[in-house]
Amino acid sequence: MKPERPPIVWRVQSATKLSRIAGVAAAVIVPLLFLVPAVASRNLLQDLIFVFTMLALAQLWNVLAGWGGLISVGQQAFVGVGAYALFAGVTLAGLDPLLAILAAGCLAALVAAVLGPLMFRLEGPYFAIGSWVVAEALRLGCAQFKPLGGGTGMSLSSGALASMTETKSVATLFDIRTAAARDVIVYWIALLLVIVITFAIYVFVRSRLGLGLAASRDNNAAARSVGVRTDRIRYWLWVIVAFATGMVGALVYLQKARISPDAAFSVVDWTAYVLFVVVIGGVRTIEGPMVGVLVFWALQYNLSGYGSLYLLVLGLIAILVMLFMQRGIWGSMAARWNWQLFAVRKLLTRDDS
Amino acid sequence: MIGGLDTLLEGVLLGGVYALFAVGLSLIFGIMRLVNLAHGDIIVLAAYLILTAMAAAGVSLGVATALTILVMFVAGFALQRLVLERVLGDDILPPLLVTFGLSIVLQNGLLLVFGADSRRLQAGAFEATSINLAPGLSVGLAPLIALVTAVVVVTLLQLLFYRTSLGRAFRATADNPEIAQLMGIDQRNIYAFAVGLSLAVSAIAAVTFGIRSNFDPSIGPARLLYAFEAVIIGGLGSLWGTLAGGIVLGLAQTIGGRIDPEWQILSGHIAFLIVLILRPRGLFPAGRR
Amino acid sequence: MTALVNVRALDAFYGDFQALFGINLELQPGETVAIIGANGAGKSTLLKSLAGLVRNRPDAIKLNGRDIGDAPAASIVRRGLALVPEGRQLFPSLSVEENLLIGGYGDRRRAPWNLQAVYDVFPVLRERRSSDVTILSGGQQQMVAIGRALMSNPSILLCDEISLGLAPIIVEEIYRTIPLIRANGASIVIVEQDVARALRHCDRFYCLQEGRVTLAGRPSEVDQEAVRMAYFGT
Repeated sequence: MKPERPPIVWRVQSATKLSRIAGVAAAVIVPLLFLVPAVASRNLLQDLIFVFTMLALAQLWNVLAGWGGLISVGQQAFVGVGAYALFAGVTLAGLDPLLAILAAGCLAALVAAVLGPLMFRLEGPYFAIGSWVVAEALRLGCAQFKPLGGGTGMSLSSGALASMTETKSVATLFDIRTAAARDVIVYWIALLLVIVITFAIYVFVRSRLGLGLAASRDNNAAARSVGVRTDRIRYWLWVIVAFATGMVGALVYLQKARISPDAAFSVVDWTAYVLFVVVIGGVRTIEGPMVGVLVFWALQYNLSGYGSLYLLVLGLIAILVMLFMQRGIWGSMAARWNWQLFAVRKLLTRDDS
Repeated sequence: MIGGLDTLLEGVLLGGVYALFAVGLSLIFGIMRLVNLAHGDIIVLAAYLILTAMAAAGVSLGVATALTILVMFVAGFALQRLVLERVLGDDILPPLLVTFGLSIVLQNGLLLVFGADSRRLQAGAFEATSINLAPGLSVGLAPLIALVTAVVVVTLLQLLFYRTSLGRAFRATADNPEIAQLMGIDQRNIYAFAVGLSLAVSAIAAVTFGIRSNFDPSIGPARLLYAFEAVIIGGLGSLWGTLAGGIVLGLAQTIGGRIDPEWQILSGHIAFLIVLILRPRGLFPAGRR
Repeated sequence: MTALVNVRALDAFYGDFQALFGINLELQPGETVAIIGANGAGKSTLLKSLAGLVRNRPDAIKLNGRDIGDAPAASIVRRGLALVPEGRQLFPSLSVEENLLIGGYGDRRRAPWNLQAVYDVFPVLRERRSSDVTILSGGQQQMVAIGRALMSNPSILLCDEISLGLAPIIVEEIYRTIPLIRANGASIVIVEQDVARALRHCDRFYCLQEGRVTLAGRPSEVDQEAVRMAYFGT
């Protein structure tokens, strides 16, 4: 009898050395970020709120377009709906602002759930413009809604703001005024939101659902033939992204405490900038928007005073990146050196134990 | 009553302008399956070019328009060969992002060069002239010419597509770009010609629009949305359908505007959404494809 | 006599996937060459490479001594090489006559093949000249596809599986036109899964198996067993 060789065992592995290091680094950095309000100036906090909310919107847009194949230039619809829902909740229904944020997300999700099937009748690029039309229609609709300020908008009453949950305790804890305390709470929520959103996207992309959707993107017929329920997954992705986008919108406008239809539904603030962040960093990667938001923050910080010239330059950069470096900054580096901070790929390796 | 016949007439004439907006968008999508998000801003650019030609070179509106049409055709050709060609492919994301970036660049570029003030194209006596169609019913000459122009442009394009060798090449490329190459058709030139044609038509749209309305660098996106709505309402695949779609949109906006001026644009959006709900393929979709 | 078409060490790829391995092939003026092989053997890839739909090394394919391995398809047609693609692939937006006319898009000579000449060979198309191509029968569609390729007045005609999906009697009718096409000056390459038919109509043949030439020669010089082994690889 011939001696038998032990059978080869194969394993599916996702983690790489770099991703493990990144995981450890994140476990250290993230708690530190929560402690930042203890040492940071109010300006820095507001900047970081801007960074976190832009990053959140970018990650959401990225997963919708990159995995869901739904390229929307109308996500400002949900930012606006979320923001207006917050103002409605606080001003008209007397809700605590934090609760109103959650309600805002729910309303945005509802709008998405209802309009989704309608908009999915439009193919690819026409879906993109269709989403813009919806955003415009909502903007005009809100401009007609007088109780929330109509075309000129309104501010949140300082009473409602001051009585927001935990504001007083935070104010005493850090020995700051209530307005600054509100910024601290918003900061924590923004940080929490962006962490949850990033983590959720990471889990989704690694999951069967995420893989299925990515397969559909490459070849829809083939994916359907192996049982991927593309339409269902895509629909729920659309609704959940709207939910999260609505909450981010509500949070942003809670911090600003002032709303107008043109601002809340601004295509430049909530789509153009978001697209820029994703494109610069790298579409279809989780790390990409993180790199992109840092580049954007640097540009915004230094150049936003230049108004139109700044926007012109941003537009040109985006075009040039798309023409010559389609993968973005992170994407190009990652492709070249085979980097991955978020372990999303599945590799077949031999188990040599 | 909402004004009756003259409201309808006004709506139809407005529709002529919207139809011209839409034809350029429809052309590119039909042949190349590309949606140009900068389409509206290109119309605005054309309007500014006409304005500049009149101011700087002292030429009449007609000459300025002819020059601009020519320049825009060449610009379209260049845009395709130099920029869009590199990003065309199975992935729809890059062309959308590039044209979106182009939209931002155009808006802000125009803002830097011309400022934010509203402008108007001066057509002299032409602007204010009215024609009496019937007792108590008169229409402005300019809006009437806009509608007539739309019909003429669509007719000429149909002739191009269905009676010429080049038109056959366009349709073949739209059907199957790979096999079209086997016929000796150079895809790159066909696409470049299509984009050039689209920009040239946009220049025509710009003059009909710029005579009757004020324009400034920021109004581009709204023109894109109207063009898009007209295309979807009319139905994909047919230029006559696009013309009809433009007219329906014009009617919707005008009627809505009579009910309440603040509802004018929103009425157009609502009409669009209704068509999308009830007739997803549009009112007059082409049979094939 | 220098070969009209000379293929040397052709390795064709679809992205990372290699479909052809070191193919050597020749086409002499006036010849009819058949390429046989099972599904997936690489026959269509070979024709697409010749026609320029698949790009290769410049010197892998020579036409009249000129490197065309990486030339774009549109320029290869203008040099006189036309492909009747697999599955007909007519243009649905064009009528029968327009499909024929578009075949002549890049052709200046208009002789010997023009609209009248094609209608003479395929009279049924004359009756259906304004028809929508999608309502034609399979055989009629194949006639349009062949006519369309002929309209460019090629000196080399490549036919990719023109019998696919057609009833035998229709296939016979179509193959009866091959000598006519040859008589008008074209050299022909036929790709066929039907071995018997291919060998009946060709001067020489090549057999492909998994991207490689496993047998080449004249039909009269090889026996059935050799062909079967080359075809199936067993």
